[in-house]
Amino acid sequence: MQKVLIGLAGLILATAFGGAANAQDTVKIGIINEYSGQFADTGAQIDNGIKLYIKQHGDTVAGKKIELIRKDTGGIAPDVSKRLAQELIVRDHADILAGFSLTPNALAAADVSAEAKKFMVVMNAATAIITTKSPYIARTSSTTAQLNYTLGVWAAKNGIKTVYTMVSDYGPGIDAETWFQTGFKEGGGQVIGSVRFPVANPDFSAFVQAAKDAHPDAIYIWIPGGAQPGAVGKALAERGIDVTKTKVLGQDALGTETALKSMGSVAIGIITVADYDYNHNSPLNHEFVKAFNDEFHRNPDFFAVGGYDGTRLIYEALKKTGGKADGDSLIAAAKGMGWESPRGPISIDPETRDIVQTVYIRRVENVGDELRNVEFDSFPNVKDPAKARMAH
Amino acid sequence: MALTRSFDAPGLYFQSRTRWRLVEIVFWLATLLPFALLPDYLILASQIAITALFALSLDLILGYAGIVSLGHAAFFGVGAYAAGLLSKYGWGEPITGLLAASIAAGIVGYATSFVICRFRHLALIMLTLGFGLMLEELANSAGWLTGGFDGLQGIETWKLFGHFEFDLYGYVAYAYSLAVLFILFVFARRLIHSPFGLSLRGIRENYVRMPAIGAPSRAHIRTIYTISAAMAGIAGALLAQTTETLSLDSLGFERSAELLVILVLGGAGRLYGGLVGAMIYMIARDRFSGVEPQYWYFWIGVLLVTVVMILPNGILGGLAKLAARWSRS
Repeated sequence: MQKVLIGLAGLILATAFGGAANAQDTVKIGIINEYSGQFADTGAQIDNGIKLYIKQHGDTVAGKKIELIRKDTGGIAPDVSKRLAQELIVRDHADILAGFSLTPNALAAADVSAEAKKFMVVMNAATAIITTKSPYIARTSSTTAQLNYTLGVWAAKNGIKTVYTMVSDYGPGIDAETWFQTGFKEGGGQVIGSVRFPVANPDFSAFVQAAKDAHPDAIYIWIPGGAQPGAVGKALAERGIDVTKTKVLGQDALGTETALKSMGSVAIGIITVADYDYNHNSPLNHEFVKAFNDEFHRNPDFFAVGGYDGTRLIYEALKKTGGKADGDSLIAAAKGMGWESPRGPISIDPETRDIVQTVYIRRVENVGDELRNVEFDSFPNVKDPAKARMAH
Repeated sequence: MALTRSFDAPGLYFQSRTRWRLVEIVFWLATLLPFALLPDYLILASQIAITALFALSLDLILGYAGIVSLGHAAFFGVGAYAAGLLSKYGWGEPITGLLAASIAAGIVGYATSFVICRFRHLALIMLTLGFGLMLEELANSAGWLTGGFDGLQGIETWKLFGHFEFDLYGYVAYAYSLAVLFILFVFARRLIHSPFGLSLRGIRENYVRMPAIGAPSRAHIRTIYTISAAMAGIAGALLAQTTETLSLDSLGFERSAELLVILVLGGAGRLYGGLVGAMIYMIARDRFSGVEPQYWYFWIGVLLVTVVMILPNGILGGLAKLAARWSRS
């Protein structure tokens, strides 16, 4: 017993504080992400995007070797995220921070980025204010306002006069509700009812019935994904919502590959807004989807493309600075940078450092034997409307 | 322990318990080592100290009074939000922030203690769990105050004593957290080795009989529950102040559950149980997740199962048994 204990203690000490060699001519990227817990799949897809880009473009850029240090927050934990960011910088001497699926974690690490003057790339978290928290942040995903405001504008322009909105009752849901309604009302539409349900709501029948009774032209639904699209689909079918008469609108999470599978044929006709879908029709995307499938045996999604484009941004910025990895040089290089992404043309707004991209309106259709999102309308060069308004 | 049956035997007994032992002095001196030996690990060390304080607060009710709680993070969160909000609205002085947090959490603890003291065992798990969930949902719905899911923004902690700024390396954060932990530990130690502490252990062993020898069980439970809540509140405030971040996870179920694991790992009903548990758990977590960011929970699981199988009373329980065997042979 004693030997076991002593052995264990020795093992802990040995693994605990063995230092890592600090090689020169490397650029270290500290990735703070959700690799375990409830959001692990999101984290995995972002990581796949990063891995694929590095595989395609090599792990050396501008004469520097790229080294990734992955850190897991395990879920919503801003205190852990902030500590990991601090440790990555003071202990591992990371030059760049990247990753970030969740807004609270991104906001916490943003403080560190500002204080330590380190370039930080947000690859998913979508609340508008994140990029304002540090002058060294750039984002390669999308913002909730960017997508939902655009959907609201589109709806008002396309014959929808009244909408009933229903959203999950927490930050992102409320954010989406606000911006959809803003876009819709500015276009002349009328919101005739709205409801917020708990985040972990298992059954949507009552809410869908209430929406149906209000006889709107369209029902807007925002849910975080996971098991919920299936439940929404069930409620829509049960309550007899005919999507040819009452349109159903939502953000990308309502139309992901897994969401469509769980909803089945009820999903046909649902209209969603997104910045990326694996069915996007462009040669570059076909190539990307094929390479992604060869590597990971699944389709990429908006998480994966956020990681892929984020890594590209880091690579291109490093090329432009000639390998200089300090925050000031990198963010200066990143500002205004634009390129062709699998999702279409994107760029980094030189003023807000947020992404400017095409926003797509899609409808779920039966293509071959599969439910797919078919893009039928698009808005090019959409900036984040939230920050455009903050400035005024 | 040969107690003479003289007049002040109880006094002698308490005196013998309160004397500081060599191991303890070495332990506390060792907590200063990170400053010299591991300056890169001070932020982790400060969060270990905060978790240790939080675990100590749970130990007071779980280990000593037998109140099983799966919602202790509620008080941690109340304290954290009290300090966070105070700072957001213009008062970022850390020490008074801690006091405010302990008062806020203490009030919530006192209010709920009237329900807590009427139940035992499984009913308590449900009660504390339900209470924790209610508070979390309340904080979520009060987004205008708490910042909701995105977390409370704008916390700014002033310099400690007007001089020491909370730095990126965590020197001040660790010194501050460690000092608070030590002061409250001394307080808890004194409390446990008092007649009140002894009667708590009596309540743990037999709730019904204690009033028969003049110790009002319910009143005692209310007192210790309030103290424990205030202490958890201080731990929460420390985390909010040293990290300047705060979100709903601070009062979530997962934090309560993890805390219970930490305490059981270290050894419940022992003053140092929570401290040792927090150290082992958080260092293991840091190491495992660094090596294996995706599957580190597996190794945490292995650690827990191993410890519980070999040392059913936690690490400290096992060590005490070992020490006893050693001294006999």
